Amino acid sequence: MTVVRAVARRLATAAVVLWAAATAAYLALLLAPGDTVDSIIGDGPDTPQIRAQVIAEWGLDRPDVVQYLDYLARAARGDLGRSYLLQRPVSDLIGEHLPATVTLAAAAAVTGVVLALAVALLTAGRRPLLRRAASTTELVLVSTPGFLIGIVLLNVFSFRLGWFPVSGGQDFSALVLPALTLALPVAGVLTQVLRDGLERALDEPFVVTARSRGIRERAVLARHALRHALLPAITLVGWLSGILLGGAVITEQVFGRPGLGQVTLQAVTAKDMPVVLAVVLLSAAVYVAVSTLADLAYLLVDPRLRRS
Amino acid sequence: MTVQATPVAGAGLAAVATDTAPPRRRRTARPGLAAAAGFLLLAALAVLWPGLLAGDPLAADPLNVLRPPDAAHWFGTDHLGRDVFDRVVHGARHSLTIGVAATLIAVGAGVLLGLLAGMAHRLAGEALTRSFDALSAFPLLLLALLFIAITGPGTGSLIIAIGVATMPHHARVVRAQTLLVRRAGYVEQAVSFGTSRTRLVLRHVLPNVLGPVPVLAVIGLGEAILAAAGLSFLGLGPQPPAPEWGAMLAENRSYLRIAWWGAILPGVAVTLTVISLTVLGRHLQQRFEGRHG
Repeated sequence: MTVVRAVARRLATAAVVLWAAATAAYLALLLAPGDTVDSIIGDGPDTPQIRAQVIAEWGLDRPDVVQYLDYLARAARGDLGRSYLLQRPVSDLIGEHLPATVTLAAAAAVTGVVLALAVALLTAGRRPLLRRAASTTELVLVSTPGFLIGIVLLNVFSFRLGWFPVSGGQDFSALVLPALTLALPVAGVLTQVLRDGLERALDEPFVVTARSRGIRERAVLARHALRHALLPAITLVGWLSGILLGGAVITEQVFGRPGLGQVTLQAVTAKDMPVVLAVVLLSAAVYVAVSTLADLAYLLVDPRLRRS
Repeated sequence: MTVQATPVAGAGLAAVATDTAPPRRRRTARPGLAAAAGFLLLAALAVLWPGLLAGDPLAADPLNVLRPPDAAHWFGTDHLGRDVFDRVVHGARHSLTIGVAATLIAVGAGVLLGLLAGMAHRLAGEALTRSFDALSAFPLLLLALLFIAITGPGTGSLIIAIGVATMPHHARVVRAQTLLVRRAGYVEQAVSFGTSRTRLVLRHVLPNVLGPVPVLAVIGLGEAILAAAGLSFLGLGPQPPAPEWGAMLAENRSYLRIAWWGAILPGVAVTLTVISLTVLGRHLQQRFEGRHG
């Protein structure tokens, strides 16, 4: 019973946050200087008749409240409006470019998590020299802008060594450097969190018990300490989704990869607001969905949280 | 048993030691901290008085185009023959000013709104808190992109965009702190003495809420500088020929194959600044926690 109530609470919170995010995005649009009709017409012919036609076609003569409710109702059904610039449904545009970005983000997420797990397990505990080297590398990676990592990788592995193509292309070899660019800062943060968790777990009494039973140190780390270290890392998945989506904009720009980031950047420079709003809302929805799932996973793993 | 005996004995010794002598601050050499502080001082100098460290960042020299680093041009020259070192030094003013201004906005608005959310009545406080939650659901870079789409590119909109996007974090910390302080004995006493609400907030709550703010601000500054460089790299910040670090990197990217220095060294300037801020922030955090924990 308590579990059902706790789950219901989390889901309700997620819905409220999503609604508030959609409203905030819409408010930003309302407060924006400049005329919507101008943005839609762009460089095209501008006569009173065309203006009237645009206003009628886009429903811009309705009160703001009606337009807002209409926008919410449509967004809930997955209809994100039409691009001012391309005169096409935004959902089609996003659908076309989403797979490339999701591939990049997923590859980066897997690489980042695997790297972080490997380095944290290797350096946690009792190897001072290795640990120091790893934590310095992490500090550098976390503090380096994504585009610099990308450009250094490009310079070394594409220009000097010629292992990977310079830009464009959709095959696997074109994915390696962009995915690595996106994964390295993520791995830097995750390793720090995981190692902190591992080292805290290694001080717990249950580790002493496990060692006294004669379990090898490697097994103590991987089987007993790692489970506890993973818990705080789970709370980071929401942050991770944001970093990957935001980082994809820059990574796609560095490597000239087509994708949602390129679409977003083009829309921002052209003030194509429906596209910008849709991408921003999509990223918020992903964040909310992923964090809610993580919260629910937490509820299942840790019974103490079900009470509050 | 030997496994357990050692820590117990150690704990006993430590207890004796703290009983007899006052706890001393660890005075170990900190080469990392010293280097970070030194670099930040240099960066501050570059912001306040760039002419002291470097020459004209816009002076083109068509005879010395894309020269590699040497004694005359420490960081080489770019495709117009402009000295990359001069441009990096002058770039500090653009890049760091955006970061500092955005952080000031984020901290100022965050403290104000967090205090409001913590002191307001239940419903209003809850509504404010939920709106912080909604704002922090947007990834920093995408929220900033939304603002820039509305206001257009440029230094001013970059500052506001990054400031607004990083505000919720500060507001949440200040709100949590306010809720703690509100329950403290001295606040109850002040209320029972009939202190006015304004005076209560300004004299009793605010000073005790501000504790973690400086540490957050230093760490937030690093994040803001990274975001500013990223957005400038996308062409949304100061426009060329302004020597902003991210923008320089984007401009010199086309010559990466023949002249790596023009693109990579401005990026290294960003990295060194953010590393220095992180090292300083962690040091402050340790001292802060040592005082309170």
